[in-house]
Amino acid sequence: MFDDFFTRAIIAGVGVALVAAPLGCFVVWRRLAYFGDTLSHAALLGVAMAFLLELNVTLSVFIVCGAVALALVFLQRNATLSSDALLGLLAHSSLALGLVALAFMTWIRIDLMGLLFGDILAVSVADISVIYLGGAAVLAVLTLIWNPLFAATVNHEIAEAEGQKPDRTNIIFMLLMATVIAISMKIVGVLLITALLIIPAATARRFARGPEQMAIIAALIGAAAVVGGLFGSLNWDTPSGPSIVVAAMVLFLLSLSPLAGLLLRNRVVLPGEKP
Amino acid sequence: MLNPSEPLVSLKNVGLEKSGRWLVRGIDLQVRSGEIVTLIGPNGSGKSTTAKLALGIHQPDEGEARRASGLKVGYVPQKISVDWTLPLTVERFMRLTRRLSSADIKQALAATGIAHLASAEVRNLSGGEFQRAMLARVIAARPDFLVLDEPVQGVDFAGEIALYELITKIRDDLGCGILLISHDLHVVMAATDQVICLNGHVCCKGSPDAVAESAEYRNLFGGRAAASLAIYQHNHDHTHLPDGTVRHADGSVTDHCHADDGHHHDDGEHKDPVSAAVRNRQETDHV
Repeated sequence: MFDDFFTRAIIAGVGVALVAAPLGCFVVWRRLAYFGDTLSHAALLGVAMAFLLELNVTLSVFIVCGAVALALVFLQRNATLSSDALLGLLAHSSLALGLVALAFMTWIRIDLMGLLFGDILAVSVADISVIYLGGAAVLAVLTLIWNPLFAATVNHEIAEAEGQKPDRTNIIFMLLMATVIAISMKIVGVLLITALLIIPAATARRFARGPEQMAIIAALIGAAAVVGGLFGSLNWDTPSGPSIVVAAMVLFLLSLSPLAGLLLRNRVVLPGEKP
Repeated sequence: MLNPSEPLVSLKNVGLEKSGRWLVRGIDLQVRSGEIVTLIGPNGSGKSTTAKLALGIHQPDEGEARRASGLKVGYVPQKISVDWTLPLTVERFMRLTRRLSSADIKQALAATGIAHLASAEVRNLSGGEFQRAMLARVIAARPDFLVLDEPVQGVDFAGEIALYELITKIRDDLGCGILLISHDLHVVMAATDQVICLNGHVCCKGSPDAVAESAEYRNLFGGRAAASLAIYQHNHDHTHLPDGTVRHADGSVTDHCHADDGHHHDDGEHKDPVSAAVRNRQETDHV
């Protein structure tokens, strides 16, 4: 079944969505959307490094994203600039640096559009194994740190006072983000990764009663967006990465529509809950 | 296990500096099992900072902060806001840092009077309800050391008395040490073993006078309330002026407190505890 490029694309895309959406919930809760953007823009610099040093692309992207994430943590602690200015500075300088470095390497022909917007239809069996092995590792670590990470998200000081070591958990979370960006770059491209993190989580918010529930619903919505987007792309001959994001957006709009309201109204209103 | 003879938490001559200014300095404080220590002091006097030093959220720049090893801590911070994007019920909030049985959760919610809110979303709670939920969360975990930063803020007067009774009961049942920060300069819990008055440093320490013993206070607060409240009477011999200098009883003005200055004076605020307490109470009621 791996012979068909379309099947491979669906398997790879669903794998990425299942991992990205639970992390995306934390991105939404912690208001880190722009942080996700910064990391994914830095991914292009990772690609350039991979060609320059003849490294594996996924590994190189992970290293660069991880370094940028740690640099951000350090800069925010000793801040002389506001967080959003720092993020903008790092995001666009790493993106520009990556583009310039790629342009210098005239001996390599690179499909720049593929890097920016993804090339899911070209995923190989090797790519799929990277996505599923890396994704399983990310989900395993996320499950392990779920409770302390959630406690630190609700309130950093309570988590610290009650022995949850929030600083360490935050750094692990940043590295998980870097991993997800490294494995999903090929699917939707560096410009659209944040969409795969945020939109399913934002869609799930209305239906979720608890954080764990929201992560699971977001994962399912993300997978549905991948399948819908890819079939749309096949049907109407549209670029696959953007089609997936458009499908996710359509699901988000549906969740705001009266149809979804009906679904919510049928739920039993629990005592003490304000409708 | 904790060694009962050693204090749960001890701060020795602790100071914290931030961008060239000492937020607090020369703080000595110990909390033992079964003891309630109340911190009072004006706004910006370093009450919350001192609590955070005791918790290890801040590391001291001088002096020594020590916590018993294996200490199980419960913390109710002064203000927290829960992001509206977080789907968080009161029940899940209770399990934030520890595994708890449903029975413990139910019991703690009932004790704080919000059993009916177990499945309500935290972002929909009122200020007083949320305060009770935070208290319920730490009670359910049965901590050794409890830090309560203005735990009754936003709670009405009758509820305040009930929560003070509850805090006393927690101490009696669990035998834990409690560090309590009071929003009131004069009225503290009757069960308090030691009151520490802060103003960047320890101004004075002492035990409160039980309100219940004075007929005057009983009339003021009512019988049941009087049993759980106490007045901390203190006469200060120096005043911290707004520009940071210090005026002493003899009229001289210096840059800092003298080492032998025991008490602070706040322009008559401490002279008449009853009228000050009434004034504070009225202010609180109007909020």
